[in-house]
Amino acid sequence: MATLIRNARVRPDSWRLLEGPFDRLLIPAEDGLLPDLPAEPLIVPLALWLRRRDDLVERLPHVGLWLAADQDPQSAAADLPRFGVIAVRFGEFADGRGYSLARVLRERHGYRGELRAIGDVRRDQLYYLASCGFDAFVLPDDEDPRGALAALTDFSDAYQSSVARPSPLFRRRLSGACA
Amino acid sequence: MYLYDEIDQRIVDERVRQYRDQTRRYLAGTLSEDAFRPLRLQNGLYIQRHAPMLRIAIPYGLLASYQLRKLATIARRYDRGYGHFSTRQNLQLNWVRLEDVPDILGDLATVQMHAIQTSGNCIRNITTDHFAGVAPDEIVDPLVWCEVLRQWSALNPEFAYLPRKFKIAVNGSREDRAATRVHDVGLHAVRGSGGETGFRVSVGGGLGRTPMIGHVIREFLPWQHLLTYLDAILRVYNRHGRRDNKYRARVKFLVKERGAPEFAHEIDAEWTHLKGGPATLIPEEVERIAARFVRPAYEALPARGAELEARLSTDAGFARWHGRNVHPHKVAGYAAVTVSLKRPGSAPGDVTAAEMDALAVLADRYSHGELRVTHEQNLILADVRQRDLAALWGELRALGLAVPNIGLLTNIVACPGGDFCSLANARSIPVAEAIRERFEDLDYVHDIGPLDLNISGCMNSCGHHHVGHIGILGVDKDGSEWYQISIGGSQGEHASLGKVIGPSFAQDEVADVIERLIACYLAHRDGDAERFVDTVARIGISPFKEYVYGNAHQERSRAPRQLAAA
Repeated sequence: MATLIRNARVRPDSWRLLEGPFDRLLIPAEDGLLPDLPAEPLIVPLALWLRRRDDLVERLPHVGLWLAADQDPQSAAADLPRFGVIAVRFGEFADGRGYSLARVLRERHGYRGELRAIGDVRRDQLYYLASCGFDAFVLPDDEDPRGALAALTDFSDAYQSSVARPSPLFRRRLSGACA
Repeated sequence: MYLYDEIDQRIVDERVRQYRDQTRRYLAGTLSEDAFRPLRLQNGLYIQRHAPMLRIAIPYGLLASYQLRKLATIARRYDRGYGHFSTRQNLQLNWVRLEDVPDILGDLATVQMHAIQTSGNCIRNITTDHFAGVAPDEIVDPLVWCEVLRQWSALNPEFAYLPRKFKIAVNGSREDRAATRVHDVGLHAVRGSGGETGFRVSVGGGLGRTPMIGHVIREFLPWQHLLTYLDAILRVYNRHGRRDNKYRARVKFLVKERGAPEFAHEIDAEWTHLKGGPATLIPEEVERIAARFVRPAYEALPARGAELEARLSTDAGFARWHGRNVHPHKVAGYAAVTVSLKRPGSAPGDVTAAEMDALAVLADRYSHGELRVTHEQNLILADVRQRDLAALWGELRALGLAVPNIGLLTNIVACPGGDFCSLANARSIPVAEAIRERFEDLDYVHDIGPLDLNISGCMNSCGHHHVGHIGILGVDKDGSEWYQISIGGSQGEHASLGKVIGPSFAQDEVADVIERLIACYLAHRDGDAERFVDTVARIGISPFKEYVYGNAHQERSRAPRQLAAA
């Protein structure tokens, strides 16, 4: 089974990511019914969620949602708390939109479930990704997840307010709660 | 000088350790070139024409003498014994080895320095007025705010992979000496009606191949909201700035596309989610940072000593240097002194390791052990007792660092250009040297009066040619180096962009062209008080074009140059 980093551990991953063309899942068969969705826990793209919400909603919380870096979660805002997982896809690691998107999901929409980074996600970005609210990371095949774990502790503290540490260093200095 | 506490120090140390491991993996072949590139850039390392170039951050241009000594040691040990001060108040080493960089960063960390985010698509070194804290026209001391922003921007997890680089400048005086209007964000510190500190915020300024002047989107941002408001700007930019074309990726294009009012509206909408949140600044933090700045204990001195007056009236050389390179100070009996790094035989902004050591001694002896780097590539001793000026002048003269040309034509600002930079279309340094040689006569240069001359080797505009009274831009035409000349640019609160005078010139023609522009100015100026740039504004560029191109067709072979009578 595939693995991922979740909560700073390497774990098996039971979710199936529905990527690529999914149009066939939107075309009714001759009997007028939409095709069955795959049975396993599924992470579906936003467009599929919006089109087949009623079919998918029965599977909550065994359905997850994935967003591209340029997508806004607003259209699914009311459902976000119920997803078993939300994934943000990095087309390339140097595209930083996903960092802001993660903060918006966590801080604006109050999403508390698993937030995973997928796509071009590499060891040297893990610390910042975790700071912005990701708690799960699916690394490409050429990255060893066990070796990458160390990156999560690259820094013992940070100046900014973030999802990982909402209180910025300047507030924690006052209370003596710094690392 | 802001002194790190143990957490500041630990964060910088951990950054060195992180980068050491990244370099090790790159050299071992387990980290690809593509994956390594942004990591090394965000640690200051470019791959240049001859060798990697390391850009060391000098946060808001403030430098302690012990740090300068360390830079000298590093320049000797890892480079060729010199460094180059850039227009962004940083120091560049042009000949380092990639595998040595972790050790260099480790050495820098021992004196509370780093190279964090001096390159890459992230928030860059915060810059400010080089007279911050000592300027008589100061409204708010920007240094504390610069350090607040250094900490907020350093290793900021959300904004490390922006569409493009992001530059912030802070100014706190009436006069804008930080060029805030040509930065992605300009913060102009002001006082509210009750005396409280706030910032006028401009956004979308920048030079580069499409220069633009920033738009003010908020007249008064109370200081408590500084970080949340910047978070809002950066987040909107991070999410919506263009990423498909790096020449259209700076925030100025987003501002232009949306229109400044709509952009401001978008920022406000984002800000409503952040305003009042945990990143809202508190007075304790501002006081804590202010208290960690080591400030000079000024003596009570007379405003102007008789000794200095006497020297000024009897020593013309001293008086000339005093007139150009000595600046007023907010404390009576003190002055700020510019050490000109624009001298014969040396590229603008270049300093040798021996000079760094000597300047560190002078900083200790005359200016509380501190120096500042200016965006015009000079150094400043900011807290000199007026009664020491003559002695300091003598020592600087002995070092060849007392050229009295600040604000004048030979105070040329120039990027490293094609001699070093792999982006450049043309060389900058030989052009600067040719102009300096042509205007060697100091009397003549003083008669010409205030003039900013800026040279960039390419459209990236590191030499800020757009805002030079005379701007020179290296362009590539069919594989050879040409120079396009513009006039009428200016920096500061009323920043303007220069206009191109016409077709470009070969390298050996540039000094002649500058001479003709000056001749035109001298013929048209309305008295000594009218600066070159004022004359351009008054009469337009046509007369200048006439002087430069008028007879050009007949005498391409170049008649003996006509030096205007000074």
